[in-house]
Amino acid sequence: MSTQTSNEELELSVLENDIAETPTAAQGVASGLSEPRVGLIGDQPRGEGAGAADGVSGRLSSLDTLESEAIHIIREVVAEFERPALLFSGGKDSVVMLHLATKAFWPGKVPFPVLHVDTGHNFPEVIDFRDRTVERLGLKLVVGSVQEFIDRGELAERADGTRNPLQTVPLLDAIQRNKFDAVFGGGRRDEDKARAKERILSLRDEFGQWDPRNQRPELWNLYNGRHTVGQHVRAFPISNWTELDIWRYIERENIELPSLYYAHEREVFARDGMWRAVGEVSQPLPHEDVITKTVRYRTVGDMSCTGAVESDAYTVADVVVEVAASTLTERGATRADDRISEAAMEDRKKDGYF
Amino acid sequence: MSTETALLESGLRESTLFRFATAGSVDDGKSTLVGRLLHDSKAILADQLDAVARTSADRGFGGDKGGIDLALLTDGLRAEREQGITIDVAYRYFATDRRSFILADCPGHVQYTKNTVTGASTADAVVVLIDARKGVLEQTRRHLSVLQLLRVAHVIVAVNKIDLVDFSEDVFRAIEADVQQVARDLGIGADGISDVLVVPVSALDGDNVVDRSDRTPWYTGPALLEVLETLPAADELESHLESFRFPVQLVIRPQGALAPDAVAGGLDTEAYRDYRAYAGQITEGSVKVGDQVTVLSPGHEPRNTTVTGIDFAGKELQEAAAPQSVAIRLAEEIDIARGDTIAAAGTVADSTADLYASLCWLSPKPLREGAKVLVKHGTRTVQALVRNVSGKLDLGTFNVEETSTLELNDIGHAQLRLAAPLPVENYLRHRRTGAFLVIDPLDGNTLAAGLVKDHPGDHEDERYVI
Repeated sequence: MSTQTSNEELELSVLENDIAETPTAAQGVASGLSEPRVGLIGDQPRGEGAGAADGVSGRLSSLDTLESEAIHIIREVVAEFERPALLFSGGKDSVVMLHLATKAFWPGKVPFPVLHVDTGHNFPEVIDFRDRTVERLGLKLVVGSVQEFIDRGELAERADGTRNPLQTVPLLDAIQRNKFDAVFGGGRRDEDKARAKERILSLRDEFGQWDPRNQRPELWNLYNGRHTVGQHVRAFPISNWTELDIWRYIERENIELPSLYYAHEREVFARDGMWRAVGEVSQPLPHEDVITKTVRYRTVGDMSCTGAVESDAYTVADVVVEVAASTLTERGATRADDRISEAAMEDRKKDGYF
Repeated sequence: MSTETALLESGLRESTLFRFATAGSVDDGKSTLVGRLLHDSKAILADQLDAVARTSADRGFGGDKGGIDLALLTDGLRAEREQGITIDVAYRYFATDRRSFILADCPGHVQYTKNTVTGASTADAVVVLIDARKGVLEQTRRHLSVLQLLRVAHVIVAVNKIDLVDFSEDVFRAIEADVQQVARDLGIGADGISDVLVVPVSALDGDNVVDRSDRTPWYTGPALLEVLETLPAADELESHLESFRFPVQLVIRPQGALAPDAVAGGLDTEAYRDYRAYAGQITEGSVKVGDQVTVLSPGHEPRNTTVTGIDFAGKELQEAAAPQSVAIRLAEEIDIARGDTIAAAGTVADSTADLYASLCWLSPKPLREGAKVLVKHGTRTVQALVRNVSGKLDLGTFNVEETSTLELNDIGHAQLRLAAPLPVENYLRHRRTGAFLVIDPLDGNTLAAGLVKDHPGDHEDERYVI
């Protein structure tokens, strides 16, 4: 049996990395004379005591601690794996992940490609955001297409029309074809009961399956990513972040998101207790009235199963306040696919979903 | 309204992180306690509570009285809900206006040592549950023993079901005395870092969980959550005791390939052409620009140099401390790679290829003398040979028995010969650089948690001390 060896002597040389090309346009802008800013990490421009919340000993704030942990994990995976990739949907968690990766390797480029599983039912503004982000950071984008699998007859449309569960097959196919041995995901343990049991480095077998009852213990900050041929590892650097941490970080770091995360007017209709956007793949039934409402999205997924919430949070600061006061979980409020059963996420994850 | 205001404040204020774990025996109400903490600190949202209320009603929880089975809040997997048991460590998150908490909820009965070791390895504090009707059990002694071994900074013993002994002070005081005796036997608190606190609670009714109860007037100490909110985190206690340690994760040397967004933001491409820095997370202590450091690399004598820069994503820091992730620049161009350690000059002993350690055996595959394994320490993984296994701890009696094998949940002492020397340090004084994993080279599974001990000294019976 051949075991993946850790890359002890690894030296990260982004130049030798063939997975990304620097856009020549970006080089043309290299006029800057600005020196790096000076300050402590905790020294964030956010009012009272940021970064030294306990006062006494100058402990890191919880956001700084979470950021440091995530960067450590991202660097470990890049150092120990041959071909990592980052799942990037344009959703807030994957945007935060990519932001952390840029910080982990500064001033070098992010040394891995991003992978998007396109359900074919995406919000157009999210696809546009994805493409702009990839170009801005000079990354390679790999797309796995649910539509292509349906067209080839390798996947069948579900009766309820949701395509979220259909992402698993194209995802595993893309992992296999590109020989990715580690895939970063933006999964958080606070999202779901099954995700609460997930490891930070989580082994997947030859079929992409998760075996929740037989996971490796994860001790200290020593991550064991060893795997055999055919297996791969899912890495979850923001496992310990909550939805509120994500938003506070987006605010602090001034991270751009797709516009639909903020309040806007949209034609919607009520279904399954949530507001669904009117779109090509999401049409109201005769008895469902279409109205215009001020809404925003708390999660961004497949248009066919992601609902909007009524909101007047127009800015990131508004969203932080709204999330802090929310009485519903983000998935409970906005994901039809997680309402299917108590164990919907667990079942999908066992099959290789992220 | 006050609920909402509290939530808002907790969300918007800068807080620090506190990690804790729970450990308990079967049926001592741990899931209920965790559910109660989450529920009373408003971490449970309406849709989660609805789902739990529905399931509770379906199962007829509480008989005619009804009610919500708070334990359901923490059971994540289908098999756990079906069997009514907790199988694996689950992580929970909640915040108060003082702190954000990460809770590792460790099951008590299935592979308790494995789960307790896992949860405790990252914890600032561990809450051990005792059923007030049963008092200190053998399993309590085992839990405390493991926590002492892992050097958890704070042990909080929650004497649960105090309502079922009519809130009796006598019962509580007797259990408290037993706990303190076990702690003394184990030496918890002897190092000046760890301590033990005992709190009477009723997880079912909420007494002394979030708020102090008026049904235990004889108890004048803080409620459990108050304790968790005010205890110093482990790194606060240790930071001034420890010297700078920095295992190198990778070398950042972009050469021509600078990040396009950084370049677009005005990065001076000329100045960064020859940029070279060592990326990692500070595991112990702190470092300043200008500090003298020693670089430890296998196959090299320790080399001394000076820190010329500490970078973090475009910011130049003057100083950084554990657990920050940074990139460090050094005065001399020396050959440094992943797996090397940068440490404060004059504070490190030589690396060693002979490793003496306590092993918490976490695998169903037993350890035999002569086994070939991998040891992962910091950012290095080396091959190792198990030269001997020389004793295992009876967690009930704290006696050491002779053995030549370790099985699942055993804690024993072993000597390993490493294929390359590692800069290990005694776990008693260095929770990070004294810790390592033992990995199966065949299937890659984690076999054991290792805690480095000093080399046997002049004590005859040293090898029997775990």
